Amino acid sequence: MMAQALDILSWAMLLAGATFVFIGGVGVLRMPDLYTRMHAASLTDTLGTLLLLGGLMLQSGLSLATFKLLAVAVFLLLTAPTATYALANAALLAGRLPKGTTLPEDFKQ
Amino acid sequence: MYLAAALAILITMVLALIRALSGPSVYDRVLAVNLFGTKTVLLLSVVSFLYGRTDFLDLALAYALINFIGVLAVLQFFESRERSNTDEAQGQ
Repeated sequence: MMAQALDILSWAMLLAGATFVFIGGVGVLRMPDLYTRMHAASLTDTLGTLLLLGGLMLQSGLSLATFKLLAVAVFLLLTAPTATYALANAALLAGRLPKGTTLPEDFKQ
Repeated sequence: MYLAAALAILITMVLALIRALSGPSVYDRVLAVNLFGTKTVLLLSVVSFLYGRTDFLDLALAYALINFIGVLAVLQFFESRERSNTDEAQGQ
């Protein structure tokens, strides 16, 4: 009974994670400008990663695989926002603005 | 269930590849490549369970490390190039 419940929960998490990952991919392809694309990618990235790796963790139980998955999850959660921040910073420094916005008059680069 | 997740990740990787090929700017390409790398890590994790070989997870961990460093290095390169360009423009 308990094992079945865990199985169903992990399947649901895997499916939800796959859906979020797919939505992120569609967003990256379809969104109109760089910053909205970044938004779609990074938001669904963290949630999809957590759900997928969480589902796998539930499948593997208490073992070395779970610990490795935990390490992967922690590392991805630390690095994905950092990479997105560095990307947005580099793009803004290069003078790319979000669609429909302008720099304030007194802005100095 | 693993197969469905792996297929969804593969389709997402194809979408990211299309974005990386079509541009239009270098930052879009970096974003797509970063997404591709993250999805590779996820795909490796799912495939390790699909085939019951959990030693694949070591590869996923190593790939996550390499991908992050790679993206940061590329961004640093373009950022410093932009900086030197604007410095030259202001120096004139």
